[in-house]
Amino acid sequence: MMSQKIKIMIVIAALVAVALVVPQSGSFVVLLVTRALAFAILAMSVDLLLGYTGMSSMGQAAYFGVGAYLTAVLATKFHIGMGWDFWLVVVMGILIGAALAALFGLFAIRAGGVYFLMITLALGQCVWGLAYRWNSLTGGDNGINMTGRPSFGLDLSNDVTFFYLVFAFFSLSMLALYVLVRSPFGKSLAGIRERELRMQILGYNTWLHKYIAFIIAGGFGGLAGVLWAHTNGHVSPETVVLTTSVDALLMVVLGGAGTLVGAAIGAAIVFGLREFLSTLVPWWQYALGAVYVMTILYLPMGLMGIPKRWRQRNQGKGGETKTLASKPS
Amino acid sequence: MSSVSTTNDSAVPVLELRGLCKSFGGLQATRDVNLRIMPGDRQAIIGPNGAGKTTLFNLITGIYPVTSGQVLLYGKDVTKWQSHERTAMGMARTFQVTHLFPGLTVLDNVLLAIKGLRRSKFVMWRFLSSYKEVYDKAYHLLEQAGFLDRKDLEVRNLSHGEQRQLEIVLGLASDPKILLLDEPAAGLSSGESAEMAKFLMKLDPKLAILLIEHDMEIVFDVASQISVLHFGQILETGTPQQIHSSPKVQEIYLGTD
Repeated sequence: MMSQKIKIMIVIAALVAVALVVPQSGSFVVLLVTRALAFAILAMSVDLLLGYTGMSSMGQAAYFGVGAYLTAVLATKFHIGMGWDFWLVVVMGILIGAALAALFGLFAIRAGGVYFLMITLALGQCVWGLAYRWNSLTGGDNGINMTGRPSFGLDLSNDVTFFYLVFAFFSLSMLALYVLVRSPFGKSLAGIRERELRMQILGYNTWLHKYIAFIIAGGFGGLAGVLWAHTNGHVSPETVVLTTSVDALLMVVLGGAGTLVGAAIGAAIVFGLREFLSTLVPWWQYALGAVYVMTILYLPMGLMGIPKRWRQRNQGKGGETKTLASKPS
Repeated sequence: MSSVSTTNDSAVPVLELRGLCKSFGGLQATRDVNLRIMPGDRQAIIGPNGAGKTTLFNLITGIYPVTSGQVLLYGKDVTKWQSHERTAMGMARTFQVTHLFPGLTVLDNVLLAIKGLRRSKFVMWRFLSSYKEVYDKAYHLLEQAGFLDRKDLEVRNLSHGEQRQLEIVLGLASDPKILLLDEPAAGLSSGESAEMAKFLMKLDPKLAILLIEHDMEIVFDVASQISVLHFGQILETGTPQQIHSSPKVQEIYLGTD
């Protein structure tokens, strides 16, 4: 088995490679990777819920959306967040995502399994409805066009500079979530995923743990939304639409739930495939759908699960005998 | 000060049930159950399948709300409390159907059980592996139970007998004052259940145990007092000898074996 240290080294090496290679690769690739990185933060927040806590949230676009709309509204209507106060908007985006999750969590976390999924879906659609209908604030169907990116010593209108910023946010988010899932709190989430009733009997207030995890995921969703708004320069109901939530969920499943890295890989593949296929064929969505179906059928642990599957196949019965042999007589 | 609290401890029952009732629709699963368990008591509840034994445990641990009656821990009415709050009062239980964390390692299972009553369970900015004292305690518990060599195995790869033992290790990890054991020997071979009885008899004598069990040998080995539950009601309470020779009990329970 690969040791944890080697795995971390691989991830760091991959990150360094992205930071070195992407800026050399032309503006189209830079922008594409920037978008994938911003979205990957959302996907990792979904993984915290789906992979680590066992809650399949279908409404993560809501927190993403409020973060994005907050950024766009503040920038266009109040001229806030185009200079040093960009950092203020980042903090506000995280807080508003977390606050909305704190509100929605009160309803959603009462339920489990598919009911949780339905409630988060419904609440997410409420936010979409607001974005679509609240014309005076959100610009309705047209959305909000932003005028350029912030500049504060760093000129973020330069795509490469902005890429580095998003890359830094992505790396920090991954680090923070990595520490979180290995902390006592993170382990308690895994316990809830595995057997919630036992956790209650062991003295955990499982509702509170799930609620906190939900709020944290909302905060990361808000952060992703802020970055997303500046990446595209445009926010519309499209940003909060159900497809965004589903995409995030499927990226996690594709990459491998409960791995964090899998969520990022899933985001990279989906964004890459989408750009690549949509220029080739008009039916690219079917191809993406087929990828999802194949993953769920043949790779339930996602791409990150391939090494483990491969190991199990190679060992076959060997692994089982070992387990039996270590039993006491 | 300490002597006063000791006398208090022994005067107040660890667990007391007063007129406990539970109905599921028209089915009365628990009827007017009264029970007192003092510190260090070893009591057992026996009864045929469907007598309401596990339901009784679920009422005591707060998994089901009671229909009427009271549950008291150390004289405190906890009837309306949630499960995790009762655990904090010193109660622990195991499950008839194994309720472990199958995808986590043996070590992680025990670590979670130890962390359950500590404030640091909410810490999210520090690795769990940096809590040396928690790890030491986990290793100690695993060593006592003879699991140390299998600490890194995922629990789903353990045998049924090993999982039953681990159930009890998890129950003990929170240093409970009272341990509720729901058929610890369920599904064990006779050799394994004899080992289980030995394991139970080795536990701290100050720990109160309430045991539900089908395996009469374990009950007679471990318990000093036995209550017979039938259709949710306690029919008879007595020493193992009294229960064994009671004609009523033989008729409803032992006779049907």
